[in-house]
Amino acid sequence: MAHDTAAHDDAHAHHPTAKTYLWTALFLTIVTIVEISAYYIKPWEQSAIYVPSMIFMSAVKFAVVCAVYMHLKYDNKLFRNLFVGPLVIAIVTCVGLLFLFGKVAIRISSGQ
Amino acid sequence: MSATAVEPTAGAHDAHAHHHTSTGLDSRKIAIWAFIGSECMLFVSLISTYLIYKGKSRVGPYPHEVWTDPSTGHTFGAILNIPVTSFSTFVLLMSSLAMVLAHNAVVNRRVKRTTFMQRLEGNSFFWLISTAVLGIVFLMCQAYEFTSFVHEGLGLTTNLFSSSFFVLTGFHGAHVTAGVLWLCTLAAIDKKRGLREDEGLVVDMCALYWHFVDVVWIAIFVLLYLIK
Amino acid sequence: MATTVAPPTFAPAASSPSYAGDKTGVWSWITTTDHKRIGVLYLFTSLFFFIFGGLEAAVIRAQLAAPNQSLVSAELYNQLFTMHGTTMVFLAIMPLSAAFFNFLIPLQIGARDVAFPRLNAFSYWVYLFGGIFITLPIFAGIAPNGGWFGYAPITTMQYNPGLNIDFWVLGLQILGISSLAAGFNFITTVINLRAPGMHLMRMPMFTWMSFVVQFLVVLAFPVITVALVFLQFDRFFGTNFYTLTAGADPLLWQHLFWIFGHPEVYILILPAFGLVSEVLPTFSRKPLFGYAVMVYSGILIGFLGFGVWAHHMFSVGMGPIADTVFSLTTMLIAIPTGVKIFNWMSTMWGGKLQFTTAMCFSIGLVAMFTIGGLSGVTHASPPTDLQQTDTYYVVAHFHYVLFGGSIMGIFAGIYHYFPKIFGRLMNETLGKWHFWINMIGMNLTFGPMHLSGLLGMPRRIYTYDANQGWDLFNMMSSVGTAIIILSTLIFIYNFFASLRNGPRAGRDPWGASTLEWSIPSPPPEYNFAVLPNVTSRYPLWDVTDGHDLSREHHEGHENRDDRVPTAKELGIPMPMNTFKPVMAALGLCIMIGGMTLKHVNFYAFFAVVSGGGLTLVISLYAWLTSPLEEAH
Repeated sequence: MAHDTAAHDDAHAHHPTAKTYLWTALFLTIVTIVEISAYYIKPWEQSAIYVPSMIFMSAVKFAVVCAVYMHLKYDNKLFRNLFVGPLVIAIVTCVGLLFLFGKVAIRISSGQ
Repeated sequence: MSATAVEPTAGAHDAHAHHHTSTGLDSRKIAIWAFIGSECMLFVSLISTYLIYKGKSRVGPYPHEVWTDPSTGHTFGAILNIPVTSFSTFVLLMSSLAMVLAHNAVVNRRVKRTTFMQRLEGNSFFWLISTAVLGIVFLMCQAYEFTSFVHEGLGLTTNLFSSSFFVLTGFHGAHVTAGVLWLCTLAAIDKKRGLREDEGLVVDMCALYWHFVDVVWIAIFVLLYLIK
Repeated sequence: MATTVAPPTFAPAASSPSYAGDKTGVWSWITTTDHKRIGVLYLFTSLFFFIFGGLEAAVIRAQLAAPNQSLVSAELYNQLFTMHGTTMVFLAIMPLSAAFFNFLIPLQIGARDVAFPRLNAFSYWVYLFGGIFITLPIFAGIAPNGGWFGYAPITTMQYNPGLNIDFWVLGLQILGISSLAAGFNFITTVINLRAPGMHLMRMPMFTWMSFVVQFLVVLAFPVITVALVFLQFDRFFGTNFYTLTAGADPLLWQHLFWIFGHPEVYILILPAFGLVSEVLPTFSRKPLFGYAVMVYSGILIGFLGFGVWAHHMFSVGMGPIADTVFSLTTMLIAIPTGVKIFNWMSTMWGGKLQFTTAMCFSIGLVAMFTIGGLSGVTHASPPTDLQQTDTYYVVAHFHYVLFGGSIMGIFAGIYHYFPKIFGRLMNETLGKWHFWINMIGMNLTFGPMHLSGLLGMPRRIYTYDANQGWDLFNMMSSVGTAIIILSTLIFIYNFFASLRNGPRAGRDPWGASTLEWSIPSPPPEYNFAVLPNVTSRYPLWDVTDGHDLSREHHEGHENRDDRVPTAKELGIPMPMNTFKPVMAALGLCIMIGGMTLKHVNFYAFFAVVSGGGLTLVISLYAWLTSPLEEAH
């Protein structure tokens, strides 16, 4: 355990402070507020960029929580690999399924 | 092989010691990350099913559209309650903040704290209990949501939407419940004898799980509630 | 051979070399946390289920031996083929691999145990209880009857109202938990418990392939868990996931099942690949050819394994784009697999071959798996697949890869590692008989199925009319099955006779190269008195310093009278025996298994499920709050 604890102290030396956590929370709150407002802003909600923008914002929130709160940005790279690898397989599987069930499609415009 | 590491019986230092580790990391943390990776596939299967069945229900009520029952003439509004869910989303977000502060408090026991704010920052029990309470508030919102749906006429078996919705959010709720139990256990230990600085990993494991449940909700909130 | 096999020192006839020093008796096995003992438990249990599943197949083949027979009813036939598949996949091959994961991974990486010894015990007991739960119903004639892939909606309440499918759904959930727990355990073990100098690229190939398999397990099983939860909710609570009248898509189950099911195929075969990758270099007296490429191709197989699932579904009409994509990925996966075949052949090329039984089975895998792999490539192409799907051609294909591949590899592993596990050698003469009879029986059973399949014989029919051109082939298959049974009887006799009377094996009877052969057979409970320092991929062949590891061990840490010192004498802390994982496993299985009572009596259902749940939670708390090792 001796060198374990040492490794931990070492890792914690780079961990962010409570202040960083608070700022992160503020950032997440603001993005969430933007997301919810977008739902109620009709021109945005009905535009073509609504879905991509919502997915983008939630992806940013997802990434920030993983990076800061789950310490992936500061911790050993091993943990990042253990998480991102499965996540990529999961997302690719999800997209594949949505294609297979016709929920998304690539439309190639027949240039006229 | 003159260099045969005469590593005298690893583990002699500490009863909890995990024998020699090749990465210097604690095995439990590797395991919890592998577990979280596995959970990604679990939730992606659930979310995919919800999305595949989106708009495929033969009868209402529907999540975002108004529906009139042709047999009774009764009209159902869009069933999802965005304001309540926005509130519970915010609550879960704040619980993640409390969680990370709890971990912060446990691993920084040595820091001298004098002012009220500093002592609050170092009060791991307060942050653990806050996280649990916020989790319970989230669960109460979910219970309210579920009961009001049933009240309005959307039960587990009503249509494809309700089945996939209840099972997906129910799975997430079950994860939150397990997390709350875990947090309460940690808080009880903290109250009883105080979590030591070298036990940061114990809190960290719970925290990783809790944040993961939170990020899953981030995805669910957008994919289920906000995108029509 | 004679030069490498340690001269048999005849032990007193009654005593087999025992495990873990002074701890003996049934209770010590129930409460054990020693990975080697758990591996042995896995080995015996899964061999039992292997024989049980084989007997189910024997009944199937007896029924199909001639046209229009009525040995079993159509309903019982459905239960037999369902349970044959389920037993072989989940109760025989996977746990046979798990026996080797348990026994070998810590030894091969130079560790004293797995990362979480109690979780390991939990995995085994969950497997045992789950296996019993899913197997018993066949004696009452209410066994699962929906095929091993249990396609919904045919498995929903509407079409299958009995308890049969409930046993299947709940049994697989239980077994999934066992595999997942083991998966997290071994991922952590391989990452974190390697001996000094045991870099990833120095790990023995079996450990590498097992490592890949654990990732497949932890990523594939959640998907089947979800699919099963949907089915369970449909059956128990009336949800609509597979209710077509509510608008459900009949392909949902198929997609979810095969997202799990295809990686599952690699879960079954990669450990066998790993085992023969240990055997072939040993008996060719050459390092494995293209070690790095072997590793990468294993990883690539695992990774691509997630992108080919829909090739099981070409006949459902997914459209040309999906068919093309999945056809291409499927053909791609043949490349890393072919690379492995060629690497094995190159390993043997120019080597000093010794045809031990283990070596014969390994070469048998290379040959038989190639046949199964080639027929696999034929149905990677949608047009041909449409001709072959749901016929005996497919049955022939997957029996060549699973019997000719996995089972041959596992037999190779058993003959190779028997001396390490039990301290005694298996009889080589009987082993050869086993191999050759098995080889003949296997080809006679599954070879003709290619032809009956191409002539149009569908799978899963309980009987057939004469004069469709299938009669001869079916008779051949049935005779072949009898021959396989004969060979298996030889194996069973050899196994138990050698267990009692086999000549004592030394540390390294085969002159093998990896760490597990540097320690006594069977290994002491702590495995390594001193954690080895690894400087190459073949530490025992590595003689650059003038002496090998095994000698070092011998001189440094053992008494002259060959008595292996106990952990206590060496001051090595070992995990304590504990009953808590068994209780937790029992609680879990009662909780999940008790759900079958929902359709019988609600109060009994509630009482049993909550009782099991309570046992689980209490045992878990007791387990997690008690120390692993004795304080000292």
